[in-house]
Amino acid sequence: MSIFVYVEDWNGAYKKSSFEAVSYAKIWANSLNTTVTALTSSAASNPSVLGDYGADNVLRFEIEKTGFGLAQQLRALIENASGVVISGTNFGKSVAPAFSALSSGALSSNTTSTPISTSPLTVKRGAFSSKGIETIELSGEMPIICFVPNSIGVQEFPTSCNVTETQAEGHDLLSIEEITIASGKIALPEADVVVSAGRGLKGPEHWGMIEELADVLGAATACSKPVSDIGWRPHNEHVGQTGIQVNPNLYIAIGISGAIQHLAGVSASKTIVVVNTDPEAPFFKAADYGIVGDAFQVVPKLVDTLRAFKADQ
Amino acid sequence: MNTLVCISHVPDTTAKINFTSDGRSLDAAGIQFVINPYDEFGLTKALHLKESLGGTITVLNVGGPETEPTLRKALAIGADQAVRIDAIPSDAITVAQNIKNHISANSYDLIICGQESIDYNGQQVPAMIAALLQLPFTNACVGLDLSGSEATTKAEIDGGHAIFKANLPLVIGGKKGLVEEKDLRIPNMRGIMSARSKPLKIEVAIEGTPATRSVSFDKPAVKTAVRMIDPENVEELIRLLHEEAKAI
Repeated sequence: MSIFVYVEDWNGAYKKSSFEAVSYAKIWANSLNTTVTALTSSAASNPSVLGDYGADNVLRFEIEKTGFGLAQQLRALIENASGVVISGTNFGKSVAPAFSALSSGALSSNTTSTPISTSPLTVKRGAFSSKGIETIELSGEMPIICFVPNSIGVQEFPTSCNVTETQAEGHDLLSIEEITIASGKIALPEADVVVSAGRGLKGPEHWGMIEELADVLGAATACSKPVSDIGWRPHNEHVGQTGIQVNPNLYIAIGISGAIQHLAGVSASKTIVVVNTDPEAPFFKAADYGIVGDAFQVVPKLVDTLRAFKADQ
Repeated sequence: MNTLVCISHVPDTTAKINFTSDGRSLDAAGIQFVINPYDEFGLTKALHLKESLGGTITVLNVGGPETEPTLRKALAIGADQAVRIDAIPSDAITVAQNIKNHISANSYDLIICGQESIDYNGQQVPAMIAALLQLPFTNACVGLDLSGSEATTKAEIDGGHAIFKANLPLVIGGKKGLVEEKDLRIPNMRGIMSARSKPLKIEVAIEGTPATRSVSFDKPAVKTAVRMIDPENVEELIRLLHEEAKAI
């Protein structure tokens, strides 16, 4: 009665959320005194590394490319499971509900905690766009957890692990015509640091300094909703209630007033820094550190000082 | 072209969220309910498709009588008919099973859902409907083109975009990009008047077995007071981020 975990790869490489999924499964398995079985693509170049995070067994197989096809494969491969873990990446979020529907396993999505209790399985999850935290019980024999990346953190549990090749049938119902990955940029949902800017920047031509700040910090860039609505920045940078919801270790907001809809998308960030000319900006109430000042003066200074700081590290 | 648009009835995005004193549910007092913002993009997309291809738009909600004003609003925006499946939506799988039954009993070319509802943020129902019906599905759908019975969808994926092709019927979980914010329609007086005479059918729900049970709701911990830093002293900010917050 193992805990199974699907471990996603990106062109053969694992990311932090992949290891976090294994850590989650291990924490759950420990509370049930059982093992962790990781399922992963045969394209993954270094599957035995999953042992570092607690996997006892790794099953590799040629995965289908879309959520439904993979969900069918998971259905075929997972038996005698006490539970299943899938990371809440964009792809994971289309796999988990399909797998839940096919297997009749209860699903908690947007999960932000490890199990509080295992009988019945009880976890916390984000609701009302981060304005609430729901405690939820999952019934049945094979509950499924889809967790928010970076909510649990990666933990090491060195385990000796066996890697086995296997196969399973699944059928994608749509064909992939094209995949475009923005190269050289850090994807927003998985960034440790996010530098975000709003209308206070006065125009798209001023984003150079934001990108520079992001560059020094190894951060992803983001923006507020008005900025994406007027076309200064692309939609996929919009964070907030109806955009992308992020929970990085550090969120730096420049020239964003902090409307309730914006806060809903970022309030789960561990540390929030706000720079705004208006001392009454509501964002300061949600911030850990604040600077009342002009972005055009503060940001270049931050870039220079951070560069010097990083050089000393 | 028969399109089903699934609509959630959710608190307005600006609503302050509070829970009942027993912590069991949302305290709806003083809250204005609206069409889920993700579904609004889908509804407008359905109107665009109808304008070029003809057909009928049905809007559907699984919920109690209190959700009917939200369905009427969708009719006022331009949907042709509404269906309310009469049930208290207890969890995603029971909602998905009810919608699946409705789809099986009717004939739709396209099923448009919002990627998620802004109340429970499950992002489960659309993929579940598709899986139960074994229909192709695109999540985080930011583009949809139809050519005969073939659909091309554009989806957000981690770090980029993907383009898919599938045959109709198709299910999507849509969001902004499907149409732009400026294209969203609001009801005009003629729409509101005509919505009163458009059909709103109430269907009996099947009794599903919920797989999950909501135990309680809490509000997130309140942040400690913000520490203000002199704009002339950004070194102090960097020191605090490094030593205190351990964020850099």
